[in-house]
Amino acid sequence: MRLLTHNMLSSNIKGVANGFPLRIEAEKVVEKEVELNTDFLRNMFAKIEWKALVEASKTLGYAELPDVAEPSMLDSDEFLNRFHHALLELHLEEGALVCPETGRKFPVNKGIPNMLLHEDEV
Amino acid sequence: MHSKIAQIGLVSSHPEVYDPCDDSFALVDALLADRTKLLNHRPSICMEIGCGSGYVIASLALLLGKESSGSSYIATDINPHAVRVTLETLEAHGCHAEVVNTDIASGLEKRLNRCVDVMVVNPPYVPTPEEEVGCHGIASAWAGGENGRRVIDRILPVADKLLSDKGWLYLLTLTANNPVELCLHMRKKGYASRIILQRSTDEESLHIIKFWRDLDTLLEANECSIVEKTENGLPTESPNFTPFSFWKYGNHNN
Repeated sequence: MRLLTHNMLSSNIKGVANGFPLRIEAEKVVEKEVELNTDFLRNMFAKIEWKALVEASKTLGYAELPDVAEPSMLDSDEFLNRFHHALLELHLEEGALVCPETGRKFPVNKGIPNMLLHEDEV
Repeated sequence: MHSKIAQIGLVSSHPEVYDPCDDSFALVDALLADRTKLLNHRPSICMEIGCGSGYVIASLALLLGKESSGSSYIATDINPHAVRVTLETLEAHGCHAEVVNTDIASGLEKRLNRCVDVMVVNPPYVPTPEEEVGCHGIASAWAGGENGRRVIDRILPVADKLLSDKGWLYLLTLTANNPVELCLHMRKKGYASRIILQRSTDEESLHIIKFWRDLDTLLEANECSIVEKTENGLPTESPNFTPFSFWKYGNHNN
């Protein structure tokens, strides 16, 4: 699971008002190199919650993102490389995503988050 | 042309996951026929609900390919085996999607609200006894309850929430699902629609409907609801439309 996925997910449990961002518990993190794609990064930048990405990448051991980002930074190769690495190359293979309100853990196995709810959570 | 879609030989499988079949091929053929429009559409986020084997989302990613390099792909399925198989299929084709094991788009709805530019759905459309609906195994790929509409009717409001202003929805249906009624239902929410592919197989008659938000349709729907409310003070069941063309509602050339 890339951090792009993490940035799109929030806790879906009934009654939870603010389920974003999910806290990450990392058991196994892998890095997979992919080609840098500027168009993709520019498109995604507008949709990303930056603070959540910064915190998530720190949890996976990567602390090179600036705390604050703005669109003008997309002109910098150094920024693009860091953004690219955090968003698309770091994978949470095993671990859990934790609801910030209830502490309920959504497991991540073999790189896939399981957001299925129990009957009493829907 | 064939290099532009997923190859059957590279599609992964599992006993609990629905293999690509006539319905999947029809949906991919419809996307392929719409390829130029999809490229001009420049989708930022594409999503498949109920990705099964991954054949359709991999095909979508391949047929848009490098010419649509700014696009990202998301795929969900309620079946935990299906999401694994989808990842394997994507990897075998060298493409990528964010894959989530969830019910429809649960957990994604908040952050993807009005963000999805292209949504593709091959739902469980087969009419079955109600009790078969909602399991997490292979039956989740086809069990549609009464008229095969149980899951479709849950997906459409989610699609309405997630689709961006320029969002398109490709939905595969069966005659038994009453596609005309589906079009009228979505029309009330401001969507124009068109059946872009019809195909009869040995067992079923498949329709692929494309929906898109349409301002004229929305205004018309609003006017209808105002008229209904002023006539008797209460909203009525449904306005009577006289579609100028049976299969085509709305007036954009999508």
